[in-house]
Order: sequence, then structure tokens, then C-alpha cells
Amino acid sequence: MANVPEDLHYSKDHEWVRVDGDQAIIGITDYAQNSLGDVVYVELPKAGEEFAANEPFGSVESVKAVSEVFTPIAGAVVQINESLADEPESVNSDPYGAGWMIRLKMANPGEVDSLLTAAEYEDFTKAESE
Amino acid sequence: MGGRMVDFGGWDMPVQYPAGTIEEHLRTRTHAGLFDVSHMGEIDVRGPDAIKFVNRLTSNDVTKLVDGQAQYSALTTPEGTVIDDLLVYRLSSVHLLLVVNASTTEKDWDWIFSQWSDELIDPSNVSADYCQIALQGPDAQSILQKLTDLPLGDIKYYHFTHGDVDGVKGIVSRTGYTGEDGFEIYAPADRAEQLWNKILDAGETGTPTGVLPCGLAARNTLRLESGMALYGNDIDETTTLLEANLGWICKLDKGDFTGREALASQKADGVKRKLVGFEVTDRGIARDHQEVLIDGNRVGHVTSGSPAPFLKKNIGLAYVPVEYASAGQAIQIDVRGRLVGAQIVKTPFYKRQK
Repeated sequence: MANVPEDLHYSKDHEWVRVDGDQAIIGITDYAQNSLGDVVYVELPKAGEEFAANEPFGSVESVKAVSEVFTPIAGAVVQINESLADEPESVNSDPYGAGWMIRLKMANPGEVDSLLTAAEYEDFTKAESE
Repeated sequence: MGGRMVDFGGWDMPVQYPAGTIEEHLRTRTHAGLFDVSHMGEIDVRGPDAIKFVNRLTSNDVTKLVDGQAQYSALTTPEGTVIDDLLVYRLSSVHLLLVVNASTTEKDWDWIFSQWSDELIDPSNVSADYCQIALQGPDAQSILQKLTDLPLGDIKYYHFTHGDVDGVKGIVSRTGYTGEDGFEIYAPADRAEQLWNKILDAGETGTPTGVLPCGLAARNTLRLESGMALYGNDIDETTTLLEANLGWICKLDKGDFTGREALASQKADGVKRKLVGFEVTDRGIARDHQEVLIDGNRVGHVTSGSPAPFLKKNIGLAYVPVEYASAGQAIQIDVRGRLVGAQIVKTPFYKRQK
């Protein structure tokens, strides 16, 4: 069973959002990393870039495939996880910790309320894998 | 088994098992990997004219085979392009077995049947009768030896023998698609599960150095690292054998065969493009179908592109104009709109220490 921490917000594209004041940290879920397989490359935006909600901000590549990653909420990139350049496997081993991807300054902090709760996301992934 | 399944030409095939593609790939290079490749097609050609007939349809020289020997070859179009690549097994002077790709089995069979004129042969598509299990890697022989009295050490590369594995009668062939030593076992289709489980047990699967069940994704990265072409990606009916660097299976002097004339004239004139290997020198991974640029011009495309788990590089195969097709040439790959630097290198990318 995939790990779904209680304190995060989730998207149907399998990203998670951790709110930190007016900023948000974004990564992909345990369910997503498990579906992708071994992550070998992560492409991230540059600090300062702005994204609308549901816009792709980068990509995650496994041996076999490339998947885009979307930001569930709008904002400007304050920081990216530079360590993924050398340790992309963190996305597999610690998707909610060392595998985080970007930190955004939220354009509209209210947006997170429209995302899924942990319980809702868990139901969503169960339905999807059936 | 917990494999992630995908529909592959009508077969439910595991892309990867729980260990994951990278671990499967590495274990095959360092110890052993087990592949269920029962989807491959088998076409039987029996009769006094079997050798003559297959020699007319394929580019390599079937007359050079002895009983118990196999060769890599191709079914060619009159234009010298590739209907399929295959292995030709000589079971006897009147019996050949052709092992072809899964997705092309029906096409190959129709082609072969349509080319049959007055030869005394009895061809039949026996794909459904066989399973094929490939045990690959440096430990393959010692693992398989636990299940058979056949003197495996006496089977030379690209040779095979008939015999029992765990009491199952079949063909044990020292061939493979990984660049490692190993065996491919052809047995009755209903014994696949028995062989699979027994070989995993004999190979102490589940231990850190034991055999790992491997999926299609690892099969692809292993063959690519070893510089072997994949039908449908690197070779097809639009590419000639000479363009694909498969001149070594074009025996132009063996007598007439389909496509011989076209290949001989292309050889005399020189090919215009060539399949080359490349290594990505920037950050990024080249993928199938991406375009290749040289000096800003779009000159070709990637036919296979992937990370190479053992070499820890990002590699690929691509067709480029022959004037650029030499090792050291700098190229760029259009990776989803970003130009990524790469360099043409000699293949195979990986060669095992013998």
C-alpha cells in the first residue's frame, strides 16, 4: 500500500503539496514513484519561473519513460531541489522528503483548499488501480 | 510474480518485476537474469529443400550451418530492407527452425508462404507450440547445469543441443539478446511455468546474488547497451541491412537471394545514411523518434534512446548521413524542444569480458 501522509494536499496527477506559510513545496507521491519505477533523471525549472495551476513545471524520467510533472497550484519558483541532479533516486526512496522538487511562492494560497485530502487521494488511487 | 504487465503484440508481458529495471539489468550483467520470451515466433521448415528455400529468403548463408548450429539473419525485401531479423537453427539437413519476432510472426509467415514455389518443403507456424525461456548472465551455465545432465560447457556460442531440462525435452541454445553469455531454452508451451520456477529456484532467486526475473524493459536496455538492433525501432522495411550496419549478415556471394541485387548495388554505390551509436554528453536522455541535428540541420532521428544502467550513461542509436557517421562526431538531439549535446561512438557500447 502506498504511503499517503495525512498533512499534505494531493492532486489527481499524483503530486503532493506541503504548505509552509505563503509558500508550497511540491513533489510526486509514493504511488506515482512506484508506478514510474527507477527515476534516473529529473528536469526542474529555474528559480523565478512562474506557473499557472496545472501547468507542467518539469519532467521525471525512468529508464523506460518520461512523465511530465504538474504544479497543482499557481506560483513563482523560489527554490528547486538541486540535489536531484545527482540523486534522482531520492524521488523513489523518499518521495515526501529528500525527493521534493520545487518550492513555490503561492499566487493564491486559497488554491490548496481545492486539492484532495489524504483520504480522498487514497480513495482516488484505489479506484485508479482497480 | 508481481510484474507490471503491458499488452505487447497481443501478449500480456511484464515490463518489469518488483526489483525494477535497473536492478534486473545489473543482475543480468553481474550474475543472471531470467526472461520469459515465449512471445517470440517459431516457424518450422522441413523437407529436402529446406536449406535451399530459406537460403533464398534470408541474407546470411544457411549452407554454412552444421547440425546444431544457429545463425543471425534477416528476411529481406527485394529492396534489401528488412521484413524481420531472425535466428535460423539447423536441426538437420532437412529441418530448420526460424525464430522470429512476436509482432512480425504473422507477416513473416505470410511472406514465407507466398514465396514458396516448387521447393520440396513443409513449412508450418509452430509459435503456439513453444515456450522460450532465456537465462542470461555470467552465472547462467552453473545455474542451468543444476537442472540438466547435458554438458552445457561443450555447447559453443550460437550452437544448441536437444535434451532434457528438469525432465522437460527441448532445445538448449547458447544464444541471447543481452550481450552476456547465456542460454535460450525452447520447450513445449505448457512447460513454461515449470521451467521458469525451477530455474528461479536453482538460481537462488531472492538472494542478493541470485537470478532475477526480468521484464521487457531490462531486455531492451541490455540489448541496446550491447549495440543490438531492435526490429521495429532500428530496422524495418524502410531500412536496408547495409544502412543498419548488418553487412556482416549479407552474404552477397552465396548465390541469389531476395534483395541481393539491391544490396549489391547499394554496396557498390555506398550507403547514404548509417545507423550509429551515440552517447549523450550533456544532461538529458535521448528517446526513440527524437530528431538529430548536426551544425543546426535536422539530419536524422533516434531509433532507440535510453539510459544505459550498467554504463551509467545515456545512449542511443540513430540514423545519420554517412558523411557524419564517424566516431567523435558531435551531434545534438532535440529532447522535447531542448537541444542536448551528444557524440557518435563505436558500438557495441558494452562488451563483456570473456
